[in-house]
Amino acid sequence: MKNDNYIVGIETSCDETAVAIVKNGTEIISNVVASQIESHKRFGGVVPEIASRHHVEQMTIVLEEAFEQAAIEWEAIDAVAVTEGPGLVGALLIGVNAAKALAFAKQKPLVGVHHIAGHIYANRFEQEFEFPLLALVVSGGHTELVLMKEHGHFEVIGETRDDAAGEAYDKVARMLNLPYPGGPHIDRLAGTGEESIKFPRAWLEEESFDFSFSGLKSSVINTIHNAKQRGEELKNEDIAASFQASVVEVLTEKTYKAAKQYGVKKVIVAGGVAANQGLRTALQKKFSEIAIPLLIPPLNLCTDNAAMIAGAGTIAYQQGKRSGWDLNANPSLVLG
Amino acid sequence: MKILAIDTSNQVLGVALLDDENIIGEFVTNLKKNHSVRLMPAVDRLMKEANMAPEQLNKIVVAKGPGSYTGVRIGMATAKSLAWALNIPIVGVSSLEVLAFQGRLFSSYICPFFDARRGLIFTGLYKWENGEMSLKLDEQNILMEEWLEQLAAKQEKVLILSPDIDMYKETILRMMGDLAIIPEKPFHIAKPSHLALAGLNREADNTHNLSPNYLRLAEAEANWLKMQKENKNG
Ligand SMILES: [Zn+2]
Repeated sequence: MKNDNYIVGIETSCDETAVAIVKNGTEIISNVVASQIESHKRFGGVVPEIASRHHVEQMTIVLEEAFEQAAIEWEAIDAVAVTEGPGLVGALLIGVNAAKALAFAKQKPLVGVHHIAGHIYANRFEQEFEFPLLALVVSGGHTELVLMKEHGHFEVIGETRDDAAGEAYDKVARMLNLPYPGGPHIDRLAGTGEESIKFPRAWLEEESFDFSFSGLKSSVINTIHNAKQRGEELKNEDIAASFQASVVEVLTEKTYKAAKQYGVKKVIVAGGVAANQGLRTALQKKFSEIAIPLLIPPLNLCTDNAAMIAGAGTIAYQQGKRSGWDLNANPSLVLG
Repeated sequence: MKILAIDTSNQVLGVALLDDENIIGEFVTNLKKNHSVRLMPAVDRLMKEANMAPEQLNKIVVAKGPGSYTGVRIGMATAKSLAWALNIPIVGVSSLEVLAFQGRLFSSYICPFFDARRGLIFTGLYKWENGEMSLKLDEQNILMEEWLEQLAAKQEKVLILSPDIDMYKETILRMMGDLAIIPEKPFHIAKPSHLALAGLNREADNTHNLSPNYLRLAEAEANWLKMQKENKNG
């Protein structure tokens, strides 16, 4: 009897065409990502129509590479998992329709996966989960605290009420005339600057684990604007350091507080902003104070990839979840 | 040879299953509904009705546009992935050519078109010649009035075919008069069996390289190119 599960994962929710093959949800057999960053750079951000055009051109090429690298036959594959949302609808559609075609051609089960569930499950390639588990999800589109009591079960206990953390990074980066994508540039500048400006921290209500970054963003805009009017020179490094200090402090404190309140056994960080050095350092420092283990995935698993979708898809498959041939892209899919 | 033909490039959803030139089954709807949700169930149903398994397919033929960008891509992503997974050849056929097949028995020019908004259309001029649908004026994205001037100048009868015919009927008749032949409504809907027929003997495309026939740059790209040009000149 066959005990191992091999799952194909497909991810096209934004500007990365990705296919991966994963064994038992814990071992990456192949993980191919075709990034489009270069072609969106000149527009200063991801252009949905252009992303969709690239996806449809890259899809079978990336599929072939993932299967070649894995050196696996279709007979061994148990299911095809795909990101059904959230994300850019036109981009998601390519992955969803490719996944349906593959599953149909090979008569394999099809499993739709939530993109954030994928980001969370990227951590399982590093270490097995322990429940209850708390995940801090931070990316260009998301800032969420997710509580998991068991596999495949997600409860959002806090989320952003306006901008995602990554969005705030991109906007501030644009104000500082940094190239796209701006997050890593701010992180780099912040490393050499000083927190000379005290930007606000949005703690919101005492009990809330929600986030808000629009106030901080406005404060940065006003500060730059006022300095210019007064003819003062602000160092970009210091603005970056001060901005990042505010974001990181709120993220770290709220995660810490939630971890203690819910008595979790493990805290994981997920999403593209998990690659941020300032955030990694602050979280590691904070959590070294208490006995809750903190897990941050390696950089290549923080950003969008398909191994994470196959990882989350493995659990969904093992729990008997199946999608029909009428599976659609859902740009505002809710986690849970 | 068992052929599966897929067309989701415009409002019509078309799926056909053929054995060489023989139609096994055909599914066509002309509804404002989601192609992504309905395409694979339509393929599944047709294959089941025909008692056929996916691995029995020998060729995929897909309508590659022009049309709705999203619609074209849904068909393309599905067709390319099917062809790759089954390791069978794929052929992409212009959606305009497929529509032109509705005028296969017409002896003069055939002009299929799709509305492309703001007075623009996606079109081309075809004629059935020597056993094939041959292109007489290149496919393009052009203002309807400009296009009609070119057609009228030919001083020959032109069969006009389009699911968007109602939007332009008056303009066509005004500019072309008796030279324009506009048939009854069912002739304006592309048939997936014609798509299969068009692709039957055509040389296969490279599965990886086959890409949509948009006939138009993405708006952001067009604007960007315009800006580059202006910067250079000014
Ligand atoms: Zn992501």
